[in-house]
Amino acid sequence: MKKEKTLLQEFVKGIDEINPVMKQALGLCPTLAVTVSAINGIAMALATTFVLMFSSLMISIIRKLIPSQVRIASYIVIIATFVTIADLVMKAKFPAMSKALGPFVPLIVVNCLILGRAEAFASKNNPLKALFDALGNGAGFLIVLFIMGSIRELFGSRTILGFHILPHSFEPMLIMILPAGAFITLGLLMGFKNAYTERVKRKEREDIVKNYRAVSKLESTNQGL
Amino acid sequence: MKIVIRMILTLTIIGVVAGGFLANVAQWANPLIEANKKAETEKAIFLVQPDGKSYQQIKNTNFEIYKVFGENNELVGYSIAHEGNGFQGKIRLMVGVSSDLNKIKQLEILDQVETPGLGTLILEPPFRKQFSDLSTDPKVNLVKGVEPSKPNEIQSITGATISSKAVVEIINKGIEKARILKERGAL
Repeated sequence: MKKEKTLLQEFVKGIDEINPVMKQALGLCPTLAVTVSAINGIAMALATTFVLMFSSLMISIIRKLIPSQVRIASYIVIIATFVTIADLVMKAKFPAMSKALGPFVPLIVVNCLILGRAEAFASKNNPLKALFDALGNGAGFLIVLFIMGSIRELFGSRTILGFHILPHSFEPMLIMILPAGAFITLGLLMGFKNAYTERVKRKEREDIVKNYRAVSKLESTNQGL
Repeated sequence: MKIVIRMILTLTIIGVVAGGFLANVAQWANPLIEANKKAETEKAIFLVQPDGKSYQQIKNTNFEIYKVFGENNELVGYSIAHEGNGFQGKIRLMVGVSSDLNKIKQLEILDQVETPGLGTLILEPPFRKQFSDLSTDPKVNLVKGVEPSKPNEIQSITGATISSKAVVEIINKGIEKARILKERGAL
């Protein structure tokens, strides 16, 4: 039986339970490519969240009007529209940022995170829920991209968000800026995250067993009386 | 049959609405984007011609070249924007040359996608400073491993020979094109 989730739960699940990068492993292309610095990661995640939010909302609103045979085509057109808007606004207002992200802003169109949420969630739920789901996934994406960008920037160029953290005696690790560094960082992050989740789960299981034993012991003593 | 019509109708409506919406956004954004581009080029023109006060683009050429004028409207030199292949992608740069085209004033790299940490050293002062007051007669030469001894020589970056070479080649080609224009009297 599936319980109805509250709006807050819809939001939170995107950060942890179904985190787009960590759990669904979606949208890895921008995750790996643009996270050479923390600020790039933030900008990319914000652009993606913007597109995700509006396309999910839009798709959810018109979900009952779209014949299922042409739904994917419709989603892509809607997503592409918002991506183009994001791209134009960035080019017009933040030219430096748009240059740093290069071709990855237009490529949000084919980011499977957005189409994934559209198909798996927005097309089946009401607009308000879809909006919170999109925001949650966007926030999850932002957190991961920021962490990855910070780690790579810290070891690759000694800074985080442009502030010097490590001393000059630290030789920057070139590999962290190169694509290989992205794979290594993402792999380690996922590994740590999974190990942590596993430990929490095991502890929960042990607690249940312990409780059960305590209860049954109590019951048997009761029977004895 | 009904479903076919519905499919066509839905996609058409979505397409038209999206297109109309985008047209409006583009109308708002395009002038701003143009202005950004122009400001960027303008900044680069004066960066490579420190004495420049005003400029004028020379028309009817297949590359970007600007006449740069000083305080009293005298010609101080030319700013040439040129691009070519780098290690992984295009390198686009702006070079300021004297009015006889025989001396480089400054070099500015506008766009590049070189290897971070190696090829990107072409952006750093130690490499770029070498081009200040560099002779281009007959052309810029790249030397490897030794200190430059002639006035038209610069030293290659260790580990980024291809990027260094690309920069020098792009500059040489740009200046060569400018020389042809000058011979024709078009400058």
